[in-house]
Amino acid sequence: MNKVMSNKLVLALYVLPALCLLLGIVYVPIVYTGIYGLMEWDGISDMQFIGLDNYVKLLNDSSFWNSAKHSMYFALLSTASLFPYLLVAVLLTGNIRGVNVFRKIYLLPMLLSSVAIAQLWLKVYHPTSGILNTFLEWLGVEQTPSWLADPSIVLGALFIPILWQYAGFYILIYYAALRNIPASIVEAARIDGANAWQIAFRIKIPLISEIIKVTVVLAVVGSLKYFDLIYIMTDGGPNEASEVMASYMYHKAFRAFDFGYGSAVGFFLLLICLVATWIIRKLTATKDKIQYS
Amino acid sequence: MNRKSMAVLMLIAALAWVLAACGGGNSSTGANGNTSQQNGGNEQAGNEQSSSEQNEAEQVELHMMHLWPEGTTLAQYNLVNQIVDEFEQDHSNVTVNIEVLDNEQYKNKLKVLSASNKLPDIGFTWAAGFMEPYVKGGEFANLNELLDGDLKDLFVGGTTEAYSFDGNTYALPVELNIVPFYYNKAIFEENGIEVPESYEDLKNVIQTLNDNGVTPFTLGGKDAWTASFWYMYLAERLGGPELLDEAVASSTFTQSELVEAASYLQELVDMNAFIKGFNGLSNDEAKAEFLNGNVAMFLMGTWEVPNYTTNEEIPQEFRDNVGFFKFPVIDGGKGGLDDWVGGPGVGMFVSENSEHPEEAKQFAAHFVKRWGELSVTEAGVIPATKVDTATIDLPQMYIDLLNELNVANKVTLYLDVQMKPVAAEEHYNLVQALLGKAVTPEQFAQQQEDVMKEGN
Repeated sequence: MNKVMSNKLVLALYVLPALCLLLGIVYVPIVYTGIYGLMEWDGISDMQFIGLDNYVKLLNDSSFWNSAKHSMYFALLSTASLFPYLLVAVLLTGNIRGVNVFRKIYLLPMLLSSVAIAQLWLKVYHPTSGILNTFLEWLGVEQTPSWLADPSIVLGALFIPILWQYAGFYILIYYAALRNIPASIVEAARIDGANAWQIAFRIKIPLISEIIKVTVVLAVVGSLKYFDLIYIMTDGGPNEASEVMASYMYHKAFRAFDFGYGSAVGFFLLLICLVATWIIRKLTATKDKIQYS
Repeated sequence: MNRKSMAVLMLIAALAWVLAACGGGNSSTGANGNTSQQNGGNEQAGNEQSSSEQNEAEQVELHMMHLWPEGTTLAQYNLVNQIVDEFEQDHSNVTVNIEVLDNEQYKNKLKVLSASNKLPDIGFTWAAGFMEPYVKGGEFANLNELLDGDLKDLFVGGTTEAYSFDGNTYALPVELNIVPFYYNKAIFEENGIEVPESYEDLKNVIQTLNDNGVTPFTLGGKDAWTASFWYMYLAERLGGPELLDEAVASSTFTQSELVEAASYLQELVDMNAFIKGFNGLSNDEAKAEFLNGNVAMFLMGTWEVPNYTTNEEIPQEFRDNVGFFKFPVIDGGKGGLDDWVGGPGVGMFVSENSEHPEEAKQFAAHFVKRWGELSVTEAGVIPATKVDTATIDLPQMYIDLLNELNVANKVTLYLDVQMKPVAAEEHYNLVQALLGKAVTPEQFAQQQEDVMKEGN
């Protein structure tokens, strides 16, 4: 086996296909986006080089910062929601009856496509015939909210399906990580007299801290570039009240025919995601790795 | 067992993933296959000239995109297929591949394809501001020769102009629409109200319906172009038929009537004229409320007429109950009852980069001719070609609307179509903001003007 792995040709054979795909599909387009961001281009006629004008415009664009604010809001909420996910995962690893059923229930939304989820929640939120408002009316609420049409609540209304969509994913990650903790450690703690609470917070959660860091990055970056549900459910409306950075980019490039500016927004979004990842890495860096042994 | 079922679950997910990936791969290789075939065909067609007319000519594949999916616009969908079949029978060497997308997706895909110079050979475009970038970018073929030849005098006066730039026409209009109010006669009867004659009447109707707990108007404000109809009518009735055209032409939007129209619209919002949560509803959702008989009235283009006349999917009882009326005049306003908002809807273009421009143009000519003849009877839509109503049997509502069109004083082209894309996009946002009362009428007008002045 070692011999095979030291053969450079074989190594290249294994690595190259994936590398080429990655370069072609991810990195080359990123470079192109960066270049387009320096152009004035409507997507059809010839490009015109305008230097950093698009980026200057971007920094002064209140609509963009408005959408950035919404993205940050999603990122914060998503990160905060990781904590309940963790608790659920800890509970699931305990020996509770019906755990398997719950695990599948939590995982189910992850198997649905975003479009299906969006359609489902559109029906739930329908202002007159939606299940939510019907229920509220049954409870006696007279002025039921127009969930997706009211600028003051639309973001919250959009976040709930997103929460629901990704809960299973994070719970699954935590669950898998928690199951990997050797039973001997938990047993030793129990013999030393630790209660369930202590086992969870002093032993299990610290032991999976590396995984938690990864999920924080995933949640933040995922929220910053989130697009699909919002595009289908509100299309950034009403009047940009639910516009996020990715949908703003889309609107600029494809609706307003301003591919140059759209590319600039896209490239800036990439920078923001990189910076966010870097900051999270710095903030959560620990000197000593916590390990099983 | 538990682990096993979990594993099965994951396996299914993985399989779905792989299948999806494969699907994508297949379709892309399919497309590549097509282009290479087309390339081959073209070279040979170039060698032997004018061989396309003959039966033994090279096989030609034309790619066509349209925006009438089976689910929502069955009549148009069937009609396109019928016309394509006819053409393929007459030209045995030509195959037409049809791709169908819904309205919004269609617009998006067109832009993506044009950016990579891969427009379909034949497709549909909206008029004026929408198509301007395509024309300037040399994406659409000049169709003057068809209009001077085969299709001379076929179109209703003024319709081809909407697709013309500097005297050259780049698309052939297939639809001509105006925007009336549709109303549910049963609801009107139950509530003892009559079709409003004046704007005051309209407000009284709204009041009465609201008092009786009936929603007066449905509106899909998430698709802001539907809300734009309201704004356009109010502006037109206040400021006269030329106001909006002049506003776009001169890139000014702060005329007093334009501001006033905005405040009229907000007054209607305050009166609860529109369905609850309208800014979060799409046009289809809003339409469903009217079709379900929950809402009394609906302001929408005449492309909806088949749903109220010939569409068998909708209960006869409901269709019989739908009537239409014109946007009432406002006391002291300059607009007349016979001024409409509307215009040619989509027009057929031929791609400048088509591998088979001859066949594509032939097809386009055949298509608009047959569409003009058949769309009236088969689909119940109003074509942009002249219609002889005396010789064919048509639903009454259709004839009435056609007559209205004939006596129309002026049809103001949709504002979002008139404007350039950046201004149109801002118009959508502003109309939503106006209806959501997030801006004042003055801000609405000023912000619209600012974007138009930038002149993108």
